[in-house]
Amino acid sequence: MATAVSSSVVVLVGAVFLACAVEMVEALTIVLAVGHTRGWRSALEGAGLALLALTALVAAFGPALVRVPLTTLRLVVGGVLLIFGMQWLRKAILRASGLKARHDEDAAYRAAVAELEGVPTSERDRVALVMAFKGVFLEGLEVVVTVLTLGTSSHRLGLAAGVAVAAVVLVGLVGVAVARQLSRVPENAMKMAVGVLLVSYGTFWTGEGLGVRWPGSDVILLALAGLYLVVTWAFVGWLRQRSGRIPEVAA
Amino acid sequence: MSRPSLPVRLLRGFGRFWWDLLVGDTPELFVAVVLIVAAVAVVARAGHLNALAVVSLPVLAVAALGVSIARAARRRT
Repeated sequence: MATAVSSSVVVLVGAVFLACAVEMVEALTIVLAVGHTRGWRSALEGAGLALLALTALVAAFGPALVRVPLTTLRLVVGGVLLIFGMQWLRKAILRASGLKARHDEDAAYRAAVAELEGVPTSERDRVALVMAFKGVFLEGLEVVVTVLTLGTSSHRLGLAAGVAVAAVVLVGLVGVAVARQLSRVPENAMKMAVGVLLVSYGTFWTGEGLGVRWPGSDVILLALAGLYLVVTWAFVGWLRQRSGRIPEVAA
Repeated sequence: MSRPSLPVRLLRGFGRFWWDLLVGDTPELFVAVVLIVAAVAVVARAGHLNALAVVSLPVLAVAALGVSIARAARRRT
C-alpha cells in the first residue's frame, strides 16, 4: 500500500511540478520583457492580477469538481489528460526530432519587447499591464487545468496546489536571478517529461473510469510512464532517421 | 453590429479555451481518444475482458500518437 501511494504521489508531484515550471518560464519571459521595457509596476500588477484570477478559478472549480462522482470524474479527467498529454508529447517529439522549431525564450522576449516598443507612450501603463496579465493568465490556465484534473481525481487537490505554488515560486526566484538566461532552461525535455506523465495518468484514470482493474493498482502508473518514455524515444529516433538527421545523445 | 454582452463574451471565451485545449490543431487526437474510450468501454464493460482492456488502452494511445506524429511528419517533409 505504501508503495502504491508513493508511486501515485511521485507521478502527481512530478507532473504538476514540471508542468508548472514550464508554463512559469514562458510567463516569466513575458513579465520580464514588460518589466524591462515599461517598468516593473505595471508588469507586477498585471502578473499579480492574473495570479489572483487563477487562484479564484481553482477556488471556484476545485470544490465543485470534488462533488462529481469519482468514476465519472476519472473518466472525463482521464480523457482530457490523454488528449492534453498526447498534444504535449507530440509537440515535444516533433521538436526533439528537428521537425518543429524549439520554443526560444530569447525570441519570445525580443518579440514582446518589439510589440511594446511600438505602442505610444500615453497608453504604455495600460498596455503593459494587459500584456503581463494575458501572459501570466493564459500560461497559468494550463497549470490550473493540470492542477484541477490531477488534484481532484486523486483526491489530493491540496498537494497538487501546493506543488504548483512551490514550482511557481522556485522558477520565479531563479528566473529573476538569472534574468535573461531563461533560454537555457531545457524546456523541451521538461515538456516531454510532462507529456509522458500526463498520458500515463490519463491512461490510468480513463481505465479506472471504465471499470478496468489495473494489475498492481497505482503502481501501474510507473510501468505506464516507462512504456510511454520508451515509445517517445523510439518515435524521436524514427523521425530523426526518417529525416536523415544524426541522432543526438541527450534530448 | 453591436458588441456582444459580457456574459456572452465570457461564454464564448470559455468555449474557445476548451476548443483550443482539446481540439486545436490536432483534431485527430481528440477523435482518437473518443474512439479509444468507446472501444475500451465495450471490451471492459460489455465483454468483461479485463486483461484485454489493460493491454489495449495504452496500445491504442500509442497508436493514436504514432498516427498523429506520422501525419505531422508527412506535412513537414
